[in-house]
Amino acid sequence: MSTEARAATFPAVDWEGGTLPYRVGHRKLGMWLFIVSDSLTFSALLIGYSYLRASNVWPTPFPFWPSIVFSSVMTFCLLSSSLTMVFGVSASSRGDKAKARKWILATIFFGVAFIVLHLIEWNHLIHEGLRPFFLPEHWVQVFTTTDGVPPSPLFGATFFTITGLHMFHVASGAVYLTVVAARVNKLKHEDIEISGLYWHFVDLVWMFVFPLIYIMSVDVGHHIG
Amino acid sequence: MDTHGHAEEHFAGTNKLFISIWGWLVGLTLVEIFLAYKPMPIHLMLMVLLGLSIIKAALIVAYFMHLKFERLSLILTIVPALVVCILLLFVFFPDSFRSYGLRYHFKEQPAVAPPAEEQ
Repeated sequence: MSTEARAATFPAVDWEGGTLPYRVGHRKLGMWLFIVSDSLTFSALLIGYSYLRASNVWPTPFPFWPSIVFSSVMTFCLLSSSLTMVFGVSASSRGDKAKARKWILATIFFGVAFIVLHLIEWNHLIHEGLRPFFLPEHWVQVFTTTDGVPPSPLFGATFFTITGLHMFHVASGAVYLTVVAARVNKLKHEDIEISGLYWHFVDLVWMFVFPLIYIMSVDVGHHIG
Repeated sequence: MDTHGHAEEHFAGTNKLFISIWGWLVGLTLVEIFLAYKPMPIHLMLMVLLGLSIIKAALIVAYFMHLKFERLSLILTIVPALVVCILLLFVFFPDSFRSYGLRYHFKEQPAVAPPAEEQ
């Protein structure tokens, strides 16, 4: 606050205490550090998934309908939610809190749409018989290699863990944004920007989950084994 | 109000710019979906998809998360350490290839019968 205001006036003493060397507030720096640590969490999960995938016979079971269509529409929802969030932050930087609130509500709408679509998609797979440690019987038949090695049952474990943790992030982001929208008049611009950082991060993670989990597991007919 | 003016000068970028970034992100996603149905070696597919993902992530971080307009010291604190940590995780892959090679291959008929119609 007063430190933040003073930061602009003392560029030469950035590293001597009392100012903000990164020229962002403490809370914003905190969110950036959280994002770095959360990126490592997701990187570790995705690399663990890739490890398992490279060391096992892995099924590639996703049909165009419903899996790929659903996940593509979900991607579109998240990308659009990022755009509305940027508009919200931009409105807030101009001091237009009412408009900022409207854009944040639009962001929440897209986020909730993402969760609903994702749960429908999960439901499809669970109905097919996918469980964290079991594959549906017909997947086992289709994806067993010619020399009899069955596909890894860990497909479900990696799928539900990674998409589940991501969905949890979207859900907590929606709650976070609801609080921000409700208190938008009391919050400083930087606080709204910080909630935007979190939301864009959730979008960013999906940019890796979508190709690695969905696009790489498309059922194209010829099974490599 | 001081914080207000401060914010205004620091939130760069017009709505037109953000819409064009969004257009790029949607376009690259469509390319990914198209690639999913292109027959190609799995390693090549992985490279291309990861490349596209990194471009998309960079667009989001730079423009939506506004990092391009922050101070260089913040960018240098956040980005290189993260990239190095993620790259270090790749140390596990030689082991995963090794363990794939260790897999026992059945000589006789497997326990689970393969589908009746083989292609």
